[in-house]
This record gives sequence, structure tokens and C-alpha cells, in this order.
Amino acid sequence: MKGFAAIIRRELKLALRQGSDAAVALMFYVVVVALFPLGVGPEPGILERISGGVVWIGALLAAMLSLDRLFQSDYEDGSLDLLVMAPWPLELMVLAKCLAHWLVTGLPIMLISPLLGLLLHMDTGAYMALLAAMALGTPILSLIGAVGAALVLGARRAGVLVSLLVLPLTVPVLIFGVAAVEAAAIGQDPQPHLLLLGALLLAALPLCPWAAAAALRQATA
Amino acid sequence: MGNGNEAIFSGEAVGCVRGARRVFNGLDFTLRSGDALVLTGPNGSGKSSLLRLMAGLSAPASGAVLWNGSGISKDREAHAARTHYVGHVTATKPALTTAEDLAFWSAFRLAEDTTAQERALDHFGLSRRARFPVRFLSSGQKRRLALARLLAAPAPLWLLDEPTVGLDSQGQRALETAIADHRAGGGIVVLASHVSVDLGGTVKTLNLADFSVSAGPEAGA
Repeated sequence: MKGFAAIIRRELKLALRQGSDAAVALMFYVVVVALFPLGVGPEPGILERISGGVVWIGALLAAMLSLDRLFQSDYEDGSLDLLVMAPWPLELMVLAKCLAHWLVTGLPIMLISPLLGLLLHMDTGAYMALLAAMALGTPILSLIGAVGAALVLGARRAGVLVSLLVLPLTVPVLIFGVAAVEAAAIGQDPQPHLLLLGALLLAALPLCPWAAAAALRQATA
Repeated sequence: MGNGNEAIFSGEAVGCVRGARRVFNGLDFTLRSGDALVLTGPNGSGKSSLLRLMAGLSAPASGAVLWNGSGISKDREAHAARTHYVGHVTATKPALTTAEDLAFWSAFRLAEDTTAQERALDHFGLSRRARFPVRFLSSGQKRRLALARLLAAPAPLWLLDEPTVGLDSQGQRALETAIADHRAGGGIVVLASHVSVDLGGTVKTLNLADFSVSAGPEAGA
């Protein structure tokens, strides 16, 4: 799809050239997780026990940071009017935006998470499960985030508002993401949790772009 | 003109409500291939609102906007494909180069004729700025870039909201010749402007203050 690819190319170019948003999210992730050994003490047993939850909560918070910019800058400079007037389904436009957002924030978060697990003495057996859970979970964050970002367009303090709106909706991702990591850490099979994450992703793929598209139409009306 | 595929763009008893205020009501217009309509009226009389209704960005509170007799909201994508909307913000991204910005919006509209893009830049005197980042363009040059999209991806219906803002006399002439060529090729132009623009031939003028429609000497023939 030519228009779909055009959006992704544009978003990646913009992210690379004014890279602060994505880099800030990643740095935020590293800093938040790095605070935990300082806060709860360096005792390996405790850190190991909470590592899955800390890595996931850090990822959720970091993903929220760049969300409010997803449509905001397009809204401000008039691009959103033209984007909503896509000569192909608007839902696909939202999906392209989500994919670009994931490539710029979700993918780096996913790739760096095992390293942060190491920092927290995460059990070595859990790394594959962590990567797999992140690979399924971070796209869901971008998708749900797009709905929130579209809904708060034009609001003051949109960044805080979008976090308040989106974070409660990401609870299932957190639960199954952490469950997968902890299952693997104690030698159990993480597959059921990963399958549930996969099911969440499959549900979010059509539903979130549809909801976000409706919110965008409302915002430009 | 445009004998082969004559198009009719019309509105029937169109009403617009912004906030709780009725901006206009019971507005009729009919435009055929080659026609031009200039919207006049004081600030706040609904020129921009009417253009956004015509673009399908917002839905009329009452009445309907029709293309060849069928409502434009029935097939949003088809209407978007035939419509160019240039609003008062230019929808340009500072981090992209002039050529990249134009190439994106052309690809987004599924037109990837690069020679058309070069010709469009040339027509609006931006060829020498093609590799410049948009952030270094003046506001008049950004306006020219927004107008260059009209030529880079052809569409029969042009909706222009104050297109001359920031343009110098040379830029305005470029716009006037583009509009004249567009009309000669069977295109329809609706333009809101406070300055007089030579649209190349007879024009209808719709004054939103009193709903009076005045036509040039040969119009309606």
C-alpha cells in the first residue's frame, strides 16, 4: 500500500531528524529501571523477585511519554486535516502511525529490556520470555495509546491526560507480560501468557485503529 | 468544458452550527466542471466552516453536500480522492525538505508522478529550494509549497481557504494561472479570500453575510 508506506517513511524521517522524543522515552526507561536497585537496595533476591514487574512498568511509563505527540504536532500544523482526508481508509492511516510509533519507541524499548533485566538480576531463563512478551505487548501499547492520543487532541496538558486515560487500559498487558516473565523465571512454560498477549494484540489491531479514526474525525470536524 | 465527464458539486439547504451558534442555514450552491465560486463575507460569517463542510471534514447540521447527486459522506474516501483542501495552516513539516514534503503528500494521495512534483515546484518558484529543509522557508514559501500540492497530485475539486495569505504578487500570479489551467481542464475551484484573485474567466460570488449569489456576465449560460 503506497500511502501506508509513505506515512511510515515520513514518520521515521521525522523521528530520526528531530530524534528527541524517541531518545527521551528510551533514556527515561533506563533511568526509571536503574532507580530501583538504588531504592530497594542491591539485595539480589528482592531485585530478582520484582525484576519482571519493574521492567514492564518502566516500559509502560516510557511508552506513555511520546504518545501525546503521536497526533498533536499534525493537529497543530494542519497536517491532520489532510491526513483525515486520506483517499484510502483512515483506519489504515492510524495503523501506519501506530506501526511507526512502535518502530521508534516500542522496538527500542523491547530490545533494551533484557539489558535492564540483567541490571535487576533477572533469571537468565526469563530473557527469551521477556523478549517475546515485549514483542507482543509493546505494539498493543502503541495501538491503545493511539486511541488515547486521538481523544485528547486539543486538550490542555494532553500528555498527562493521555497517560491517565491509557495506563488503566494497559493493565492486561502488564499482567500477562509479567506473568510470562515470572513463569519462565521459575522454570514454567510462559506459553499460555504469551498466547493471551497475542490474543490481546489481535483484538487491538482492528479495534484501536477504528476507535482512534473515529476520534480523529471528531477532532477535525 | 469537461464535456466527457461533467461533474456537478452542489449543496442543498446546507446548515452549519459551530458551538451553539448557527453560522448559516439553508445555503444552496451548484457548481459544474470549470466553475469557480468565491466566498466572501465578514470574519466569522462561515467561509472556513463552509469549506470544511465541502471537504467532508465536518458534517452539515442540516442539508447535504452532493457530488453528482450523491452525498459526499456516503463515500468519504472517494470524496477525499477528488478533493484538494488547502487550509490556513500549511501542513508542512520543518524537518523535511521541500521536495520530501511534496513527495509525501503526493504519495499519500497515491500520485507518485515525480515529474508532476518537479513541475509543481517549478510553477510556484520553489525549484531552487527543493533540497532546503522546510524550516528555512519563509511563510510565503511554505504557502507556495502547500499550493504546489494542488498540481503534484491532480484532483478535480480545489477548496482554498485564504490561499493568498503571505504570497507575494508573483506567487499570487502563479496561483491564478494554476486556477485558470485547472478550470480550463474541467476542474472546480471554491475559494475564500479577502483580496481579489483573478480566477481566469467568470466567477460566481457567494456572500455569506446575506447569501447573495452574484455571477459574472457569462455565468449561468
